[in-house]
Amino acid sequence: MSTTRIRPDHKLQARMTFTIFLIGALYVGVMAALIAAGLNVGVVIFFAVVILFCQYWFSDKIALYAMHGREVTPQEAPELHGIVDRLCALADMPKPRVAIADTDIPNAFATGRSPKKAVVCATSGIMRRLDSDELEGVLGHELSHVAHRDVAVMTIASFLGVAAGLITRMLFYSEMFGFGSPFGDRRNNNSQDNTALMMLAVMVVSMVVYAISFLLTRTLSRYRELSADRSGAILTGRPSALASALQKVTGDMARIPTHDLRAAEPFNAFFFTPALANGFSISSLFSTHPSLEKRLEQLSEIARELGQPAIV
Amino acid sequence: MGLLDTVLGRSKAAKPNLDELFALPSAAVTLQAALDLNPTGVGSVCVKPAEGQAFAGLQDQVEALLTVDEAGGAGKYEESTDSYGFTWLTRRTTPDDIAGLVADLHAVNSTLDEAGFGGALLCTLVAFSDGVKPTVGLVYLYKRGAWYPFAPIGMDKRDNKRELEIRAQLGADLKIESDLSRWFPVWGAPGL
Repeated sequence: MSTTRIRPDHKLQARMTFTIFLIGALYVGVMAALIAAGLNVGVVIFFAVVILFCQYWFSDKIALYAMHGREVTPQEAPELHGIVDRLCALADMPKPRVAIADTDIPNAFATGRSPKKAVVCATSGIMRRLDSDELEGVLGHELSHVAHRDVAVMTIASFLGVAAGLITRMLFYSEMFGFGSPFGDRRNNNSQDNTALMMLAVMVVSMVVYAISFLLTRTLSRYRELSADRSGAILTGRPSALASALQKVTGDMARIPTHDLRAAEPFNAFFFTPALANGFSISSLFSTHPSLEKRLEQLSEIARELGQPAIV
Repeated sequence: MGLLDTVLGRSKAAKPNLDELFALPSAAVTLQAALDLNPTGVGSVCVKPAEGQAFAGLQDQVEALLTVDEAGGAGKYEESTDSYGFTWLTRRTTPDDIAGLVADLHAVNSTLDEAGFGGALLCTLVAFSDGVKPTVGLVYLYKRGAWYPFAPIGMDKRDNKRELEIRAQLGADLKIESDLSRWFPVWGAPGL
């Protein structure tokens, strides 16, 4: 018998499943179309795989480098290590490496290809602003990203977008500079016209695929954030501490210049709050993180459930 | 976590394993014989307090459960909060009553678990001393169902040699946590 207080969020899971299904369907559709058109896209797929694999494999190093994060020992940062130790023991997961980025921007991120290779990084700015309960909430959120293997999931999900982006770019440059089609050879004038037309069509389709896949991965990313909030809050048992951390940090994030973090934004790191601060002003469709209201709403729902009688 | 959990981005709270706790009395005998370490009669349960009335009410319940004994003069129970915001419920009995201590600690654990806060259980610590060196603790990790020794020297150093010595002796009696990176320090835990 296992007793719990928090109901699983089936709606969130259903939405996530549907998004993943759409990404998969788009992928299958595009592949089928490419094969039917008889195009040789092996080169593109090869490059997309290499790029994404490097991003995935070296995600910890890339993100730490971009954020100027430095791994710290328990002697250097006893409090941070202490919190991570305890949360890992509560969640029964291996302890990730712990790093600190020496910047006043209040944020935290988790990255790494697997829970064993993961690294959790907090900025000195977030450690200065939050009290230990709030910091614990933030670390719980980041550890949930690690447990959910979000780096792997998002890398796979973004594959088609990267491939489509590559095709668009390759065709654009080959048109512009007349390097010839990467997909075929020119034998005579007639087939050259056909090839040009074909290339234009492929370029347009690639752009459309890229746009759709971009929207879908962003949607998935927002759902993963909500999931991480949820698991983190359940782990610490203090949704309100996470909520107050969110309020403190997002308010600050919107006010400060974004340059530093924007450099890190394309990499596979799971920030606590959006690294791209102007994500707040543009349509929520493009945002990697759900709106603050949505996150707070979910957390207060969990807080309510915590106070209710147990479900067996 | 299975593949489906990964895809859906959900994680189940790890369930505590309370059973291995009962292996302690036999381990205590071994420790006494091999390293002259005797229980001090102090044991504690460390919980992550959840917010909300449900947990607060439960704490009162546990308190009531444990203070019943106190009226009879058999022991003493304390509650304290450490710097990480974790609650330590400490039980003090006589050194020779290790079985009773384990039963009391188990009562606290099962009360919390049955009320749906099993996920909030962090560890149990039982203190041992040889009367000369600093007190050592045997720490039980609920989520792993395994023990590890913790021998602090002062507030920020640990005696790894002694911890490994204890591990070597207890291998047959207790399930010892094999991943050394999970032997996290509990500085300043009650009873140490």
